[in-house]
Amino acid sequence: METAPASSWRKQNASYNLVGNKCEKCGAVYFPSRIICKNCGRESKLKEHKLTGEGEVYSYTNITAPSDTFKDDAPYTVGMIKTIEGPLVEGHIVENGKEVKIGAKVRTVLRKMYVDGDEGLIHYHYKFELV
Amino acid sequence: MAGIVGYGAYVPMYRIKVDEIARIWHESADQIKHGLGVKEKSVPGRDEDAATIAAEAARRAVFYAGIDPQEIGAIYVGSESHPYAVKPTAATVAQAIGAGPNMTAADLEFACKAGTAGLQMVMGLVDSGMIKYGMAIGSDTSQGKPGDALEYTASAGGAGFILGKDGTIADILATTSYTTDTPDFWRREGIGFPSHGGRFTGEHAYFKHTIGATKQMLEKTGMKPADFDYAVFHQPNGKFPTNVAAMLGFKPEQIKQGLITPSIGNTYSGASMIGLAAVLDEAKPGNKVLVTSFGSGAGSDSFVLEVKDEIERKRSKARKVWDMVAKKMYIDYAIYLKTRGTIKLK
Amino acid sequence: MRDVAIIGVGLTKFGERWETGLRGLMAEAGLAALQDANIGSDEIQMVYGSTMASGRFVGQEHVAAMLSDQLGFKNVPATRIENACASGGSALRQGYIACASGAVDTVVVGGVEKMTDVTTSEATTALGGAGDQEWELAQGITFPGLYALMARRHMHEYGTTEEQLASVAVKNHENGHKNKYAQYRKLITIEDVMKSKVIADPLKVFDCSPITDGAAVVVLAPLEKAKKYTDTPIKIVGSAQASDSLGLAQRESLTEIKATRIAGDEAFKQAKLERKDIDLVEVHDCFTIAEIMAMEDLGFYKKGEAAKAIEDGETRLNAKLSVNTSGGLKACGHPVGATGVKQAVEVVWQLRGDAGDRQVSGAEIGMTHNVGGSGATAVVHILKRVN
Repeated sequence: METAPASSWRKQNASYNLVGNKCEKCGAVYFPSRIICKNCGRESKLKEHKLTGEGEVYSYTNITAPSDTFKDDAPYTVGMIKTIEGPLVEGHIVENGKEVKIGAKVRTVLRKMYVDGDEGLIHYHYKFELV
Repeated sequence: MAGIVGYGAYVPMYRIKVDEIARIWHESADQIKHGLGVKEKSVPGRDEDAATIAAEAARRAVFYAGIDPQEIGAIYVGSESHPYAVKPTAATVAQAIGAGPNMTAADLEFACKAGTAGLQMVMGLVDSGMIKYGMAIGSDTSQGKPGDALEYTASAGGAGFILGKDGTIADILATTSYTTDTPDFWRREGIGFPSHGGRFTGEHAYFKHTIGATKQMLEKTGMKPADFDYAVFHQPNGKFPTNVAAMLGFKPEQIKQGLITPSIGNTYSGASMIGLAAVLDEAKPGNKVLVTSFGSGAGSDSFVLEVKDEIERKRSKARKVWDMVAKKMYIDYAIYLKTRGTIKLK
Repeated sequence: MRDVAIIGVGLTKFGERWETGLRGLMAEAGLAALQDANIGSDEIQMVYGSTMASGRFVGQEHVAAMLSDQLGFKNVPATRIENACASGGSALRQGYIACASGAVDTVVVGGVEKMTDVTTSEATTALGGAGDQEWELAQGITFPGLYALMARRHMHEYGTTEEQLASVAVKNHENGHKNKYAQYRKLITIEDVMKSKVIADPLKVFDCSPITDGAAVVVLAPLEKAKKYTDTPIKIVGSAQASDSLGLAQRESLTEIKATRIAGDEAFKQAKLERKDIDLVEVHDCFTIAEIMAMEDLGFYKKGEAAKAIEDGETRLNAKLSVNTSGGLKACGHPVGATGVKQAVEVVWQLRGDAGDRQVSGAEIGMTHNVGGSGATAVVHILKRVN
């Protein structure tokens, strides 16, 4: 799957740096960002809010049957991360010799997510690393 | 005067032993280890490249410096393995640390010394007052052709240094360079692996330039080898820096802390900068440090640094180089090929 | 709203239908349904066609018009409904609403998916679109991966075991064994499941529904006119649907499909029935964990108690509650756009007493439960025999 250059570019703040947003009216934190706060609807007051990337593993799986784009990368581990700011965030957990388990502490790193063939773009993305 | 306000290094966790590579090519591992002074090398993960390594080093440097990345006015990334031929690694790094858009950035290439060339450029911008902070990074995921001598040493890693005038942990007292057109090592556009002149890479390349820049520095500063607490020389292998140190009159103890290549291989643009980072990990205020890089093609940049009191206040924020060297996971040659993308999958 | 009945059903054999394409599958199920309803093509007034990803699987969109054309209908309004794996259930509900409202009398609802013309990894990519493309699929989080994240959490919170997950597959193969339309008719053991290839741990290939070609069609009519076509109309007594966040990360819980709970509660309310009134359920077991959660979210078991009950055999054919008598998505197969319609076909057969070896004795009330994505859509129908 080739990705349109603009489609990964437009979410770069989020995919590199976990920038989501926060509703100044009710305090809800969102990742990825929303245009409309789930609680406040048309009264939403959403402002950019960067997550620290710190959190813990809430659930995880090792994917051995990947989609086309990732077929040369399997097996790899993906996790549902409970961030310290609240939102659950999905992401790869990179191998670093530590055992992945529920409750394990993580932080983010920047890695390649996938590459569009030999001539296309390299898509960089946050991933999680066990601390 | 420009000095270092923060630094960060990054070494991928995977390692392959010289013994394992030698097994594939039926070479004598002992002879190679003895000849090169390298026992294993770092290997980047499949999802790592010079940009991710540079970004990780840069993030660590920003954390160490404790500065607002918006105050960084320039980022230069030196590498011979930029992921793109056209599309700047430096812009990706800037985005990843939250720097910009009001800043300048560029990728540099001068074989293994592109990172130190960046340091000199940032020094100029800081000293002239054009920018408040600037960052120079050396980062590589160098490749050696399977079966070539380079395969035993070409490794991955990087380090970045943020320079500024206030809150420095080490001031740069002087810099010199020595540059000639020397065909010791090269890679043509679009070609996957570098070529080299074999034994020609020694005397007329590495040694001539490293000694040239260092002697120039000693003359310029009036310092003697004994005046330095630490010295770091570019380290394509374990042998060359050890020999050049002896030739210049430095003692083994002076280069020990910054001599990383025997344990992780040659990180190219990262090599002398990771060496400097390792020195800063333990250097004390008042210590004097000499660093001389070397890049094929060929040139050397030399620096003299004086460590400041501030280093003690920031020391706990450093992710130490020798800890990264120790944190490792061995892979075999088949996994190495898969990881490096050398196995043809389509 | 007036009462609506299913007056005819048709199904293709599910499986790897190498010899038949998208239109062939549709026509095969459609013809069977028209014959079953004993209704003429010229009597049909409206068509809803459902497919999840025909554009990705065979390059064909616009399938409702194709269905209408293949079945020889006369220029009737034909509309495609796409709600990922809940496309079929959603189409059935749209047909129900059209008929119940009085806008039209006779409606054909057809679901189809032709999945085997692409490779497994291409199919995995297409199905990944059922989740959040930007934040799940683009990070290599496959569809089984999402359910694996739920399974791991369910195991963590409730002590659910991999053997209990496996017991769902074993039971559904037992039922599929008795269904001539099923893709897999082979009996399997817990050990077979446990030893099968890991897809996204803890889920193994035998925890997952297969890639299937197939189509299912039902014909709807107002109950008051149903007797003109059939002696055994099956009344739709509950039809409910709910949605939730597209991405799994934005849900309130990983161990509950909230949309299922809401749609289920609403369907029971409409039908004025209790859980104990249900004789059989076709639940959306795209993965074994999904059946366990469905049994809990539909209110048949308390949270954390379904896995043990399934393991103990309470949901086997003619046990306490017969679940997935067709073999479910697991054994009967999961042609995504067809599944929700197929569930209704199975329940209709059961309520008419036409299910042969797998007949639930004395079945009067049955339920279907169809989920889209990792739970962003759930559709529940309750069907009742009319005496």
